[in-house]
Amino acid sequence: MGAGSAHKTGPERLSQRGASVCLAKTTCLNSMTSPSNASGAAVVGVFAEIPALLDRAPELILRGRALDCQCLLRPMNMPFHVSIRQGRIIDLTPGPVPMRSWRFSYRASPLAWVEYWQAVPRPGWHDLLALTKRDEAVLEGDLHPFMTHLQYFKDVLALPRQRALAVLS
Amino acid sequence: MTAKIEPMVGRYVHVEIEGESNRIYFEENGAGIPLVCLHTAGSDGRQWRHLLADEEYTKDFRIIAFDLPWHGKSNPPACWNGEEYRLTTARYTQTIRAFCKALLLEKPVVMGCSIGGRIVLNLAIEHPREFRALIGLEAADFQAPWYDTDWLNRPDVHGGEVCAALVSGLIAPQSPQSARSETLWCYKQGGPGVFKGDLYFYRVDGDLRGRVEGIDTTVCPLYLLTGEYDFSCTPDDTRRTAATIKGASVTIMEQLGHFPMSENPEQFRRYIAPVLTEILRQTSLDKQGVHA
Repeated sequence: MGAGSAHKTGPERLSQRGASVCLAKTTCLNSMTSPSNASGAAVVGVFAEIPALLDRAPELILRGRALDCQCLLRPMNMPFHVSIRQGRIIDLTPGPVPMRSWRFSYRASPLAWVEYWQAVPRPGWHDLLALTKRDEAVLEGDLHPFMTHLQYFKDVLALPRQRALAVLS
Repeated sequence: MTAKIEPMVGRYVHVEIEGESNRIYFEENGAGIPLVCLHTAGSDGRQWRHLLADEEYTKDFRIIAFDLPWHGKSNPPACWNGEEYRLTTARYTQTIRAFCKALLLEKPVVMGCSIGGRIVLNLAIEHPREFRALIGLEAADFQAPWYDTDWLNRPDVHGGEVCAALVSGLIAPQSPQSARSETLWCYKQGGPGVFKGDLYFYRVDGDLRGRVEGIDTTVCPLYLLTGEYDFSCTPDDTRRTAATIKGASVTIMEQLGHFPMSENPEQFRRYIAPVLTEILRQTSLDKQGVHA
C-alpha cells in the first residue's frame, strides 16, 4: 500500500459518530472524566479519527516505517481490528470480526482513554503503561511489535490529545 | 563576541571498587559544601548539568556529578570480560564511598535520583555519619514492578529505543519538549544491558523494606522529594517509606516526574532550593556550635 493510499476508516464506517463532535466541546470532554459519564460510544468515535490524524503526522509514520502489524486497540469490550502497514493505519474495523488474527491487544476502560486524551492528562493517566500499572488497561498477546515500536504506539494513541489541545486552547 | 562556555569541568579519577580499578568520569563546579549527585538507572551525569551550572548554588556548594562505571564516559573496568552487568547494593554503596574518599570530600551531601534515591536510603541506614545530609529524589524502600526488564536487552529489540520509550511516560506532560528529548537521549545512548543491570539493584537486590526504620535523621538529615507524575516511584511509595522514618522530610513536586533535575530544571529548582538553603543554614549553625 503506497503512502498516498486511502485507508478504509472514518466516521462514516461507524454507527456511533458522537465522539468527534464531543471532543471539540470542552464541557462534553470534561464531563466524560467521571466514570459514571464516561461514554464508550464517544471513545469509539475518537478512535475512528486516529488513522486520519496519523496521516497528518509524517514524522510519526516515518518512525513506524518498519512496522507491519495486525493488532487490537480498543476500549474495553469494543475491539477495533487495526491493520498497520509501513507505519500507516490502512484499516480500522470495529469488531468483533470472527477468526481475524491479531498479534497483540491493548484495551483500556473508556474512562482511561478519555483521561489519556486530555490535553494535560492527570498523573497516573498520562501514559499507556501507567494505565496498565493502575489496572485501567490490559496488554495481551505477542508484545514484540508493541515493544519494538513502543513510543510509536504511545504517540499514535495520543494523537487525539493534540486535537483536544488545539480545540481547547 | 565571546562564545558561551559553561562553567563545569570534567575529569577522570581512578577509584578501586571491589578490588578493581575503575576510571570514573565526573564533572564539577563551585566551591564549598561537597554535593555529590547520582544519576538514574541507565543514564549518566549529564542529567545534572543545569544544577552544575547554577551560579546561585555553586557559590556555596561544590557540586559534583559522576558517571557510574558502564555509564556515560565511565567505561566498564578493564577487567570486564563481557559477563552480564549487574549493579548490587554492596557495589553501588562501595562506589559512592570510594568516589567520595578519592576526592577527599569531607562530609558531603549526596543527592540521588531513582536508583540514586534508593541507594541514598542505604547510605542513611549504613553510613549516616559519613554524610552531612542525604537527598532522595524519586526514592522509596521498594516499588512494584510495572514491566518485564527482559525487554531491555535482547537482540531483536533496539535497546536504546525501548529503554527511552519505557521511561518516556515517567516524564511529566508539562516538561519542555527540549528537556524531555534530552532526558530520553541519554537512555538512547546507554550501553547494552546497562539499564537492565541497574534495575537488578532496583528490583531484586536493593529491597530496603524493613530496614529504613533504622534510619536516624538526627545523625544525618534525610530529604525525600518525588514528582507527582512518577508512576514508577509514586508519591505514595515515598510517603509510605517516609512514614517509617522519624524526622524524614517529604515533598511531592507538582508538574514533575521521575527525572526532575533534567526534565524540567526550572520547576525542580523551586523544590530543591529550600532544601539546599536549609542544609547551608544548618552547616552554618554547626560551625558556630549551635545545635538546632
